Amino acid sequence: MRAALFLAAATSILISTLIVWTLFTEAWKFLSDLIDTAGIGALIDGGKAPGWYPRNDRFDIPTIVLGTLIVSAVSIVVAAPLGLGAAVFLSEYASPRLRKVVKPVLEVLAGVPSVVFGFFALRVLGPDLIQPLFDTSQKTSLLVTGVAIGILVTPLMASISEDALRSVPSALREASTGLGARRSATVVKVVIPAAVSGIVAALIISVSRAIGETMVAALASGRLGQSPRTWDPRDPGLPMTSAMAQLAQGSDQVVGSTLAFQSLFFIGALLFLMTLALNMVASRLVTRFRTKY
Amino acid sequence: MAVTSSIRESAGTVVRAGLTGGKRDVRGIVFAVLLLLCLLTSLFMLTILMWDVVAQAIPVFDKRGTSFLTSDLASSPDKAGVSQGIWGSLVIAGFVVVLAFPVGIAAGVYLEEYAHPSRLTRFIQLNIRNLAGVPSVVYGILGLVVFVQGLDGLTGGRSVIAAGITLAILVLPIIIITTAEAVSAVPQGLREAGFGVGGTRWETTRDHVLPYAAPGILTGTMLAVARALGEAAPLLLIGAITGRLASPPGQTLVDRLQGKFTAMPIVIYGWANEVNKPGKKTGLTFEDLNAAAIVVLLAMVLVLNGAAILLRNRFENRRQG
Repeated sequence: MRAALFLAAATSILISTLIVWTLFTEAWKFLSDLIDTAGIGALIDGGKAPGWYPRNDRFDIPTIVLGTLIVSAVSIVVAAPLGLGAAVFLSEYASPRLRKVVKPVLEVLAGVPSVVFGFFALRVLGPDLIQPLFDTSQKTSLLVTGVAIGILVTPLMASISEDALRSVPSALREASTGLGARRSATVVKVVIPAAVSGIVAALIISVSRAIGETMVAALASGRLGQSPRTWDPRDPGLPMTSAMAQLAQGSDQVVGSTLAFQSLFFIGALLFLMTLALNMVASRLVTRFRTKY
Repeated sequence: MAVTSSIRESAGTVVRAGLTGGKRDVRGIVFAVLLLLCLLTSLFMLTILMWDVVAQAIPVFDKRGTSFLTSDLASSPDKAGVSQGIWGSLVIAGFVVVLAFPVGIAAGVYLEEYAHPSRLTRFIQLNIRNLAGVPSVVYGILGLVVFVQGLDGLTGGRSVIAAGITLAILVLPIIIITTAEAVSAVPQGLREAGFGVGGTRWETTRDHVLPYAAPGILTGTMLAVARALGEAAPLLLIGAITGRLASPPGQTLVDRLQGKFTAMPIVIYGWANEVNKPGKKTGLTFEDLNAAAIVVLLAMVLVLNGAAILLRNRFENRRQG
């Protein structure tokens, strides 16, 4: 029995190995082919109008990385205050009965499929809110994508930071009250600083979710598979995940037949490394937090 | 109970009045209201959007009735339906149940009941936590390379089999983690009692630990299925069909499993990109149909989540009673 159960646990190692192996062998093929044809410098387009045009064998990595960074920055601007505020209210102000109702509701909302948010972003958020408010040229933009992903990760942010705030020992709150601090001062100067590593972990996990979110980006960021480089969140753009979805879709090619299809794996490897680094930092912070209290 | 809590409340009021010198703590109230606003915004932004979708979906069910659920994908919004999407999603859920449940639960039980604290164990645990954070689109690459291209003799290439195996792998870490949590919450006394009457580790685990942990495990598995039903990104990479999908008569089940496929979230993705022209007969647009498709998907996902919570509560009540 023991051996059978161990095998089940060991499958996780097999899966990780398969993921790493597929990503990096194919990404390496892309890189070496690119070096053969255009040189490694082709990863950064130095021309007058740089951009991501895989069909013309132009692979400007900064274009799609910038798209991803802008989208995740916007989404954190939305999700961090909302999620943290909701968490502080739930853990410090709400009655136990209210918390008992609201927490499961937040959890259910966290389970709404992301393609549904993509639909919202495309049909409601873009045309009815962001476009008139920020005067964007089109209904789709990096800004809309970021806001929609922000709404999507808010329940996650709230849930993790609430856990962090609640695990702050109540002795700290009592001591603060005993020294004459008001409740708001206790929250801002004692509870939040004490929970800071858990809150930072929540932030990092939210960023990592936002970076990896695909369906909202594919529907609402506004470029179909190619894009010029842009710094303006109000422009349509192409985050990494959206570029991947559109590279895979509609190409029935065998692996290795063209450079464009292989770039899919290079982006995938990059995405994997970015989220892995963030998740490792977050889990280190959570462990440190657990051992502290 | 009621008396003590009311005493505590009035004591709290007195203390707070003392702290603010009997004056109203305006800044404190503003702060609390702001926090409440954050909570309400995060709750209601979504609820309003959902409400919007349901309102748009009602005419579809009104005019199309059950034919919306039983029709295939089509190019006209008068005829298109979600039957193939529902079928694909159900098959994927089946793969999750058959593949990910046993492996995930076994792995969770191993980590909590059998594994010695060694370097290998810690490595496996770290590895599972990291797998849980890998973006779903990356699992799509795994599915594309290994199950679509590598094992195409078995899966038939871009098929629902490849999709089902990929999503089973995607939710495996969730099942392992929730199982391990549920098992580690089992009181140590239960195990000691099992060993005390001469049970082996496996007998104790099977007859005492697992039944006690069952509600937690069940909740985790249902959440995992819900996650698999809503995942779209890996399916895009595997090559689910977003346009029209013919289902010729006389297909055997194996043909259908190995052939082209779609699933509910992919139907929604495809329709979101359709031109928004009303159909001649019903006057419905693809946007209307999409709202209805979202209602169908949300119903599947939320029914599962709700059932998970209900089951957990029932088990918890019985244990206390």
